[in-house]
Amino acid sequence: MASVRADAGADPKDYGPAAGAILTVRDLSVEYAMDSGAVAAVDRVSFDLYPGEFLGIVGESGCGKSTLLFAIARLLAPPAAITNGSVAFKGTNMVAMTDKELAPVRWRDLSVVMQSAMNALNPVTSIGAQFKDAMKAHGVTSKEEIAARSAEVLQMVGIDPVHLGSYPHQLSGGMRQRSMIAMALLFTPELVIMDEPTSALDVVAQRSLMVHIKKLQEELHFAVVFVTHDMSLVSHFSERLMVMYAGQVAEYGSTREVFDTPRHPYSVGLLEAFPSIRGERVPLTGIPGRPPDLSQPQHGCWFAPRCPRVMDLCRDTEPDLYQVRDAKVRCLLYTEAERKEADRG
Amino acid sequence: MSMPLSGVTTVGEPVRPGVTGPAKRPATHALARLTRAVRSNRKAAAGTIMLGIFILVSIFPGVIAKDNPGADIYKPRLGLSTSHLLGTTSFGQDMWAQVVYGTRDVLIIAFVVGLATTAIAVIIGVAAAYLGGAWDGTLGVITDILLVIPLFPLLIVITAYAHGASTLVLIVVITATSWSYTARQLRSQALSLRSRDFLEAARVRGERRFYIIVVELIPTMTSLIVASFLTNALYAVLFASSLQFIGLGDPNAQSWGTMLYWAQNEAALQTGQPMWAIAPGFCIAALGAAFALLNYAFDEVGNPALRPVRRNRGKRAR
Amino acid sequence: MRYALRRLGFFVLTLWAALTLNFLLPRMMPGNPALAMMSKFHGELGPNALHALEILFGVNAHQGLISQYFSYLHQVATFNFGTSLSQYPQTVTSVIGGAIWWTVGLVGITTILAFLLGTGLGVVAAWRRGGRLDSIMPPVFVVTSAIPYFWVGMVLVLIFALTLHWLPEQGGFNVTSDTPGLSLGYIGDVLQHAVLPAFSLLITTIGTWILTMRNTMITTLAEDYVRMARAKGLPGRRIMVDYAARNAILPNLTGFAMSLGFVVSGAILIEYVFNYPGVGFMLLQAVQGEDYPLMQALFLLITVAVLLAILVADVATALLDPRTRTAG
Repeated sequence: MASVRADAGADPKDYGPAAGAILTVRDLSVEYAMDSGAVAAVDRVSFDLYPGEFLGIVGESGCGKSTLLFAIARLLAPPAAITNGSVAFKGTNMVAMTDKELAPVRWRDLSVVMQSAMNALNPVTSIGAQFKDAMKAHGVTSKEEIAARSAEVLQMVGIDPVHLGSYPHQLSGGMRQRSMIAMALLFTPELVIMDEPTSALDVVAQRSLMVHIKKLQEELHFAVVFVTHDMSLVSHFSERLMVMYAGQVAEYGSTREVFDTPRHPYSVGLLEAFPSIRGERVPLTGIPGRPPDLSQPQHGCWFAPRCPRVMDLCRDTEPDLYQVRDAKVRCLLYTEAERKEADRG
Repeated sequence: MSMPLSGVTTVGEPVRPGVTGPAKRPATHALARLTRAVRSNRKAAAGTIMLGIFILVSIFPGVIAKDNPGADIYKPRLGLSTSHLLGTTSFGQDMWAQVVYGTRDVLIIAFVVGLATTAIAVIIGVAAAYLGGAWDGTLGVITDILLVIPLFPLLIVITAYAHGASTLVLIVVITATSWSYTARQLRSQALSLRSRDFLEAARVRGERRFYIIVVELIPTMTSLIVASFLTNALYAVLFASSLQFIGLGDPNAQSWGTMLYWAQNEAALQTGQPMWAIAPGFCIAALGAAFALLNYAFDEVGNPALRPVRRNRGKRAR
Repeated sequence: MRYALRRLGFFVLTLWAALTLNFLLPRMMPGNPALAMMSKFHGELGPNALHALEILFGVNAHQGLISQYFSYLHQVATFNFGTSLSQYPQTVTSVIGGAIWWTVGLVGITTILAFLLGTGLGVVAAWRRGGRLDSIMPPVFVVTSAIPYFWVGMVLVLIFALTLHWLPEQGGFNVTSDTPGLSLGYIGDVLQHAVLPAFSLLITTIGTWILTMRNTMITTLAEDYVRMARAKGLPGRRIMVDYAARNAILPNLTGFAMSLGFVVSGAILIEYVFNYPGVGFMLLQAVQGEDYPLMQALFLLITVAVLLAILVADVATALLDPRTRTAG
C-alpha cells in the first residue's frame, strides 16, 4: 500500500541522506485507511539523527509521535501504511525494503523499546526465552553464548540474571521496563527507538530509568529517538528536541534552543503547562480547546483554532517550516516577512 | 447448534488517530453506527433481507400458499409439480403450505424467546455487575451452573416428563434455561463500563442509580444487547425444532420441526419423499443463517479489527 | 491452589445442582409422570426394582421430601440407578455401559479432529489476514454454525447412503452380517458406519472453533508483544505460533470445553438420525419408552462428562499459562 515518492520534499536542500547521519527521515507520511476516508497521522516529517545523538519527540496524545516511531521501525500494520517519504538508516532506504530484507537489520542495528513492558513482553514465556528468541533469529546458536550475553545485558541494567527464568508478571514494573531495555541492547545496536518507556512508571522510577538510559547510551554509543508527552523530562537528556502537533513537525532544533526559547505557540503552551519548581509563581495556563480531529482536514494551520497568537492569515495559509537560529518552526509568525516586521516593531 | 460465537469483543468507539474529543452521547452514537453498519456490511444486508422475507411470509402466509396445511385431501406422496410446489406428504397434505404456514410458529418462538431471554440476561447481568458483592457472587454461581449443565439434554428431560410440549411450553422452558450465556457476556461488559467517565459524570451529577443504569449504561450496551437477542433467537429456533423433531413438541402443531418429526417417522428419505425432510430443514438452516449473519456483522461493528481487509500480495512497504 | 479448590468446589456444586434437578423434576411436573410410569410397569418388576424406582421418583413415598432426598443421594452414590424399563431386565448401568463406547468414539474423535482442524485453520486464516482463506471462511462457517445437526445428517444420508450407496445409512455396524469382536471385518464395518455420523458432527461443530480461534487470533495479533516480536526480526512462523497462537488459544480452552455440551447435544440428534447405538440414541429411546430411570442416569452422565471436560481444560490452561499458576 506504500508508494515511495522520492521527490516530495519542498526544500531542495532536504534531498538525500545527510552526510554522517545514522538516520535520515525525509517527508515521511503515514495514513490510516478508515471507513470514512484516509486520515494522515504523520504528515511529511523530516529530521536527521547522528550517531550517539539523543532526539526527544514530544507532543500530546494522538499527535502521531508513536505512529512516526513505528513507521521508522517498519512496524506498522493495516490500516496504517507509509504513503510517502524515505527513512534512510545507515544509508539504505528502509521504506522500500521487504520484511525479509529487513530481518537482519532488525534488532542487530535498530531495536525498539515500547511503552508498557507488561504488554510488550510475551506473557507466557520467560524473559530468558524471549532473549533467546532474538538471538537465535540472528544466528547465535551456542547455548553458552546465549546464556552469557543474556546475563550480561541484565546486569547492565541492574537486574540479577537469576530473573532470566522469571515470567514478565513476576517482575516489578520498573524491572520489567529495564529488562525490555536490556533486551533492546542484546546486539548493541546503533539506534534504539523508545516509545514512552517511562510513562507507565511513577515519577521517581521515571527519573531513575532516564538516568540509566543516558548512562548506557554514553557507554555504548547508541543513538536514541525518545518519544514522550513529558517535555521537561526529556529535555534534561536530549540533544535535539522535536515538538509534534497534528502529525506535523511543529518545532525542531537543539534542545537548548527549543526548550529555552520555544517559539511555536504550542511549544510555549506545553512548557508553560509545567511550572518550574524553583521559578517564581505564575498562574498555570493550559492550552485551550481540544486536540484536532485529523479526519477533518484544515485549510490553514492545524493549531489556529487554539492559538493565542493566531492571525487572520493562519486560517487559510498552511505554514512551512521556517528556520530561526538553531531551530525550525512551523508557524507563520516566523516567515521572513513577519520576522522583519517583528524586528522593526 | 454449535457453541455460541464469541460475541462482541470490544464495544465503544473504535480507536482513531487524532480523534480524542469527548465521548458523544452514547445512545445516538450507537444507533447511528447500527444503521450505518447494516447498510454497508454485506453480511448484515444479506441477513436482514432473509429475515425480512421470513417475517413477511409468517404474517401473510396465505399470499403464497393456497392450501390449508393440515388438510389431508390430496393424493399422498406426490412429487413436485406446479400445483404442489413441494409435493404432498404421505398423509396427502400439501408440503409447500406446511412449510409456509410453519414459518409463523418458528418465528414466534424465535422472537419471543429471544426477547424474553435477552431481557432476563440484561437484568441479571447488569444487576450482578452493578450490585456487586454477595449479589454478584450468588447470581454468578447460578449463571455458571446453568452454563455448564448441558441444555439440550435438560430440555429433553423436562419435556419428556411433560409428555410433549406445546409451543407455549417450549417458549417458557427454553427461556428459563438459556439466558445464562448472554447474562455472562452482559455482566462482563457492564463491569468494564462501570468505571467509564460518562457514568462517573452521572453519579457526580447526583443521578439515582436506577436512572444511571437504565438511561446511561444500557444504551451504551446496545450492540451487545442486539447481538444477544440474535444469538438467543438462533438457539431458540434450533432447540425448539430439535425437540419437535424428536417428538417432544406438539406433533399436531404447524411447524418446521414437527414436519421433520413426521418425515422421520414416515421414513421420508427412504421412501422417496426427500422434500419432506429437506424443505423444512433448509428453512431452519436459512433462518438460522440469517440470525447468525446478522450476529457476525454485529461482531464486526463492535470490533473493527475483524472487518474484511484488502490484502496486497507480496510484502510491500508498510 | 486456592483457585483449584474453588474450581473443584464449583464442580461439586454443579453436580449437586444436576442431581437435585433430577430429583425435583419428576416430582414437580404436573400430572405426576412418575406415577404414570410406575403404574405402567408395575406388574413387570420385582420388589427390589420397584423399591429403587420409588426412591428415585418418590412414588408411594412414605417419607417426607427431605428424607426422600437423602435416600436418593445415597442410592445415586452407590451407582444404583434402577432397572431400565425399556430394556428390562437390564439395569440402567449395564445399558449405559453397552452404549457408552459408541458415543465416546464418535464424539471423542470428532471433537479432537474439530479442535485440531478448527484451531489450525483459524490461526492460519487470521495470520493471513485478507487472504483467500480469511475472506471465504467467516461467511461460510457463520452459516454452517446455524444449521441444525440433524438436517446435515439427513442430507448426508440422502446423498451418500441412499443415492450413491457409498456408505451405510444407519447403525453402528451391520447387525445381520457381523458379530462384535476384534475381527478386521468388524472393525472395518464399524469404521464404515462411523464415517457419515462423524462427518455430520464434524461439519457442524468445526465452524465455531474456527471462527472463535480466528477472532481471538486477530485480537492477539494487534498486541504489543506481537509487534515486539516483529521488531526483533523473528521469522513469521515463530511469531504466529509462539507469540500469537499460544496466547490466543488460552481464553478459548475453557470455552471449547463448555461447548462439549453442544457437541453432545449434536451427537444425540445425529445418533437418532443414524440409529447409531450410542448414549444419545439410548436417551431418546428412553424418552419414547417413558424409561425415566435410564433417562435420568443419562442426563447425569452427560453433565458429568461436560464437567470433566471443563476440568481438563482448566488443568490445560494452568499448564500453558504461567500467570494462573502464581495467581493461586
